[in-house]
Amino acid sequence: MEGMLLPNPKDSNATILLMGLRRGGKSSICKVVFHNMQPLDTLYLESTSKPTTEQFSSLIDLSVMELPGQLNYFEPNYDSERLFQSIGALVYVIDSQDEYLNAITNLSMIIEYAYKVNPKINIEVLIHKIDGLSEDYRLDCQRDIMQRTGDELLDLGLEGVQVSFYLTSIFDHSIYEAFSRIVQKLINELPSLENMLDNLVEHSSIEKVFLFDINSKIYVATDSSPVDIQTYEVCAEFIDITIDLDNLYISESPSNGASNGQSNGEPTCAKEVKSISYLNNGSILYLKQMIRGLALVASINNEDNDEFNNNLTLIDYNVNLFKSSLKKMWENSRIQS
Amino acid sequence: MSSSRKKLLLMGRSGSGKSSMRSIIFSNYSAFDTRRLGATIDVEHSHLRFLGNMTLNLWDCGGQDVFMDNYFTTQKDHIFKFVQVLIHVFDVESKSINKDIEIFIKSLTNLQKYSPDAKVFVLLHKMDLVQIDKRDELFNIMMDKLQKISNPYQFKLVGFPTSIWNESLYKAWSQIVCSLIPNMNLFNDNLLKFNRILDAEEIILFEKTTFLVISSTNSIRQQLNGTTTNSLDNLDPKRFEKISNIIKTYKQSISKLRTNFNNLIIKGSNDTQFFIDGLTDNMFIMIILKDSPSKSGEYVNNKEELIVLKNIKSARKWFEKIESVK
Ligand SMILES: Nc1nc2c(ncn2[C@@H]2O[C@H](COP(=O)(O)OP(=O)(O)OP(=O)(O)O)[C@@H](O)[C@H]2O)c(=O)[nH]1
Ligand SMILES: Nc1nc2c(ncn2[C@@H]2O[C@H](COP(=O)(O)OP(=O)(O)O)[C@@H](O)[C@H]2O)c(=O)[nH]1
Ligand SMILES: [Mg+2]
Repeated sequence: MEGMLLPNPKDSNATILLMGLRRGGKSSICKVVFHNMQPLDTLYLESTSKPTTEQFSSLIDLSVMELPGQLNYFEPNYDSERLFQSIGALVYVIDSQDEYLNAITNLSMIIEYAYKVNPKINIEVLIHKIDGLSEDYRLDCQRDIMQRTGDELLDLGLEGVQVSFYLTSIFDHSIYEAFSRIVQKLINELPSLENMLDNLVEHSSIEKVFLFDINSKIYVATDSSPVDIQTYEVCAEFIDITIDLDNLYISESPSNGASNGQSNGEPTCAKEVKSISYLNNGSILYLKQMIRGLALVASINNEDNDEFNNNLTLIDYNVNLFKSSLKKMWENSRIQS
Repeated sequence: MSSSRKKLLLMGRSGSGKSSMRSIIFSNYSAFDTRRLGATIDVEHSHLRFLGNMTLNLWDCGGQDVFMDNYFTTQKDHIFKFVQVLIHVFDVESKSINKDIEIFIKSLTNLQKYSPDAKVFVLLHKMDLVQIDKRDELFNIMMDKLQKISNPYQFKLVGFPTSIWNESLYKAWSQIVCSLIPNMNLFNDNLLKFNRILDAEEIILFEKTTFLVISSTNSIRQQLNGTTTNSLDNLDPKRFEKISNIIKTYKQSISKLRTNFNNLIIKGSNDTQFFIDGLTDNMFIMIILKDSPSKSGEYVNNKEELIVLKNIKSARKWFEKIESVK
């Protein structure tokens, strides 16, 4: 799996390229989002000096490639042309707690190059480490960075390049939210997925539903109602609660002892996990495991405080339908590619 | 006086972690939140209803020298009278062990004088800062030393290694609190009786606000038979405190939606079913059932769920009765 520096051009849109100046937070982001590292432990990360690639398979197979800040991409013996042609998203990390003018110049240069080679590339900018900025200052900072980037691009004669900006920090859920949106743009089936989720919501008393990647807590799709960050957090944490409890009663038989808990969200046993929790405020949290390391998590309205909600049978039925459609969709997409 | 009051003294040098532990166990703080805590000024009292008719009076005694000096002089009878439990906290990374021990000796001296029947718990705290493979050794050496120091005062120490960053905290505090429950046998008996009906893998009782473990069928069995060989043997021996920790995390998580949970039902990956539900006003119960690895479809299972939940409701009466025993 490792050592494959250039992504296979056939699944071109599934590679995310992570760039930015040194110490901007790229490795930390990778470790926290894809390897469940505690944010505070990133303090001890060593500086990255070689490009690294992380594979992670969810509904689609993604690879996240990190380019160290000091690398010179435009050196002739570095095949950056093929590299930029083969990626789906360029994610550029700017350290908001540091002087960022150099970063913006660097970013604009990269955009100019990337856009020339691959005009379909999604350009995503993370204004990172915002935990160190006061609430008021965050928006000012974003406005300033957007303005300056726009100006630089104009100077380079690049008009109409779409660039998306996100305020992020590894100390809260903002980094997951940003990555969710970035990944979603790379999923071809996204419109149909959203459609199916909207359908599910419409035919049951579901308030909000997410399709999560269990390992990273990125959501690959949600229904079309707005995302409330608190609901997102609670749903993501509900996955951990469920899995942590479940794992306590899987006896450590020698046969699967080596799997050290990181089994890509795919449990060692075949049974799908499901969990339900009735809350005081008249909602129900609902989780059901899907295919390919995904879980559906929903917040259900139970206003009548019906203790053994009859709707639940209906929801179970609909969720099962959703799961079979998901299976079919995935099989089809594999045939196409 | 109908309710029984229990006075717990929380002692130890400043910065050893007393208020952090108290806030996590009794006030739903996360370990991360404790960084906000300032040094405790004098004594902070908290009164906690526990299992219906018990009140825990927790005296969190600020550990700065100015306050300590008073505890052992002008305030000594006020502080050390009517104490049921002394919890003495040591910071394992402390740079001034002699001073820590000097304080410990002063506490024991006064305790022997004013509350000779009190139980003494020693928490060797911030264990997370010690290398994993050194922890057991360090713990044993320190406990040996402290026990020797306590011998002249006729106290038998019960010690725990603890840290706010893992579940060890819950194990220690469960045992501290359980040592104060007078009718423990009744809880245990009824739990076994209930299990004869349910035939569960395991049943665990928790106090509702702290989620400390009060009793479990498995621990009772171990007390009864001494040695047991059953299917639970190769499960994580720390699972009880881990469950407390996980459920506490869950409570914290949904408090963002300004709510709490009534129950949690999980159908696990391994033919295991989990039911966590309110049992009485003061207790939660957790039931772990092993499904026969059968063909039973979704519909059948939904029905089974209802039966278990109904059974919990019916057991409520028994356990309420025990709680109201004076
Ligand atoms: N690493 C580590 N730090 C801890 C632990 N427990 C507490 N701390 C930290 O230690 C610091 C002091 O904790 P407090 O609970 O305020 O100490 P205290 O004993 O109440 O101090 P006084 O009120 O002055 O007597 C806080 O910043 C806690 O976050 C632990 O188990 N491990
Ligand atoms: N305050 C804060 N620090 C961060 C954040 N993300 C990363 N860092 C810190 O930034 C430093 C550099 O991160 P690193 O991932 O090595 O940067 P890289 O060179 O871009 O890979 C580390 O000390 C991280 O702990 C964040 O969101 N907030
Ligand atoms: Mg304190």
